[in-house]
Amino acid sequence: MEILLAVVIGALYAGGIYMMLRRSLVKLIIGLMLIGNGANLLIFLLGRISKGHPPIIGEAEKALTGLYADPIPQALILTAIVISFGLQSFAIVLIKKVYEVLQTDDMNSMTTTDRDI
Amino acid sequence: MSQPLIILPIIFQMVVAIFLLFLGTKVEWQRYISMGGSIIALLIAIVLFREVWTTDILVTQAGNWKAPFGITFVADTFSALMVLLTAISALAVSIFSGAAISFQRMRFGYFPSFHFLIMGLNGAFLTGDLFNLYVWFEIIIISSFVLITLGGEKAQLEGAVKYVAMNLLASVIFLTAVGVLYGLAGTLNMADLNLKVAAIENRGLVNLVAMLFLVGFGIKSAIFPMYFWLPASYHTPPAAVSAIFGGLLTKVGVYALLRVFSLIFIPDTTMSYVILGIAALTIISGALGALVHKQVQKVFSYLIICHIGYMISGLGMFNYAAFTGVIFYLTHDIIVKTNLFMIGGIINKLKGSYEYARLGGMYAQYPRLSLLMAVALFSLVGIPPLSGFWPKVNLIQGGLANEDYISIAVIIFGSFITLFVIAKMWAEVFWKSSSEEDELAGKPIESWTQRQKWSLIFPVVFLAAISLYIGLAAEHVLQVAMKVASELVDTSHYVRMVLGDYLNSNIEP
Repeated sequence: MEILLAVVIGALYAGGIYMMLRRSLVKLIIGLMLIGNGANLLIFLLGRISKGHPPIIGEAEKALTGLYADPIPQALILTAIVISFGLQSFAIVLIKKVYEVLQTDDMNSMTTTDRDI
Repeated sequence: MSQPLIILPIIFQMVVAIFLLFLGTKVEWQRYISMGGSIIALLIAIVLFREVWTTDILVTQAGNWKAPFGITFVADTFSALMVLLTAISALAVSIFSGAAISFQRMRFGYFPSFHFLIMGLNGAFLTGDLFNLYVWFEIIIISSFVLITLGGEKAQLEGAVKYVAMNLLASVIFLTAVGVLYGLAGTLNMADLNLKVAAIENRGLVNLVAMLFLVGFGIKSAIFPMYFWLPASYHTPPAAVSAIFGGLLTKVGVYALLRVFSLIFIPDTTMSYVILGIAALTIISGALGALVHKQVQKVFSYLIICHIGYMISGLGMFNYAAFTGVIFYLTHDIIVKTNLFMIGGIINKLKGSYEYARLGGMYAQYPRLSLLMAVALFSLVGIPPLSGFWPKVNLIQGGLANEDYISIAVIIFGSFITLFVIAKMWAEVFWKSSSEEDELAGKPIESWTQRQKWSLIFPVVFLAAISLYIGLAAEHVLQVAMKVASELVDTSHYVRMVLGDYLNSNIEP
């Protein structure tokens, strides 16, 4: 399971970076989404995945004993997902607006702010 | 041991921002409430700073979850100083915005976004938890996205694409670093990490995480190979937005770098060289960029990059004198950069352009205003006794202590280029005579209303006065910088204050 996840995370990062290096705005956003999902899975993986050990304190016990799944990475991922949802929806609206105003999707033609008149 | 005072700067800004949201399109009200809110926020920041200065590091645990299990808020001298400087800049920009931002922009939520941005900044400075720092960074960037695109002009949108893409990428890298660090250490409380990271045996992986943090924060603070988004975007929004971005947003990246690299990762020799190399290249490339551009706000943008390099080089030197210089420089830079972008805005209002080619004759027409601007410009250069001079002395002392003559040479080179750039700007914008047709583009000061005059010029006077104070009463600022530097060099007190009983009860990595 760990190896499979590691491969998936690697693929998501690689795909994300590849997409970000293209010139299209839409691909830029898709790349950012992929790389964001890769980061979330990475936190999940590095929180040590274990199967069938919920972090619940039994009735007779006072503290967690033995092997248990760490709930913190999941809380972190949940927060990160919500945040990236907000940011990505902003980014999508932005590229739509950019396309309307500039009439282009090609980042190579967006260099006017770097040049002096 | 709960200290509600720490959260107050954050909560207060949030309340102001939400209140402003309810006012909707009542622009007139929003202006005064934003101004009043910023004044009260400044008072809160002063009280917080006094409290930290006279007593000790303040710590509060959110929800009474003991550190390191809950989210901790910590106000040490460094955090309190940053909150104070944020409040000063925010007050100046808030007053300035009243006349410098168009009604359309205000109607679409300029002021609420502005206060959310300040809330995020205060949160980032006060938190003691790495993931919480990530969340505050996201709040900062989402409000800055709104501010940079508000108005939707062509140049703004073009700049915003680069700004948004680079900041989102920086966040992902930061998040990756947080994830790997959690996997390594099993905690995200900064004080707890201070103990746990030192005990990790796999140093290679620790260095990797440190580099991820360097890249993530480096993009945000615009250091050498990752600064291209800054000069492409900072000059596109209105001057008031550029002022708050230029003054504070890159500095929050520097703050995070200083915090992470003093508390969690102590740079080893190789890492120090990497940081020093990056710093030198940042100074040189920023200086060269400022040399070739002929547009006021763009030149200031490149000067931001150049001067970020000074602070990073202090981090690379990693000794008491260098940290004193960094903190002093940070104090001076936040005030003076905010002021410079507002000055750029006033010049644009008076003359109708930011381009050197269409500017000129400022000194002949407005001698008093020019003198005021000269205070800010020459503070930036650091002509003694103005404020930019003193921190460089400390930085060079820090370099001498390490026998690092290359960094000293680069710092001096950067200062000379800054002097040259400012002298060129003075000649082009203030001394050169302007043509008649260019004069028609602007709005001469006689045509301003009384309120415009007051709310555009007062903030510049206010910040110039603070710059003068930093320069002439350098002793006071130096005391603060020295205290912060001693806290950065010796973090054991910070750790003891945050962790408290946990430190004594069980230490097992």
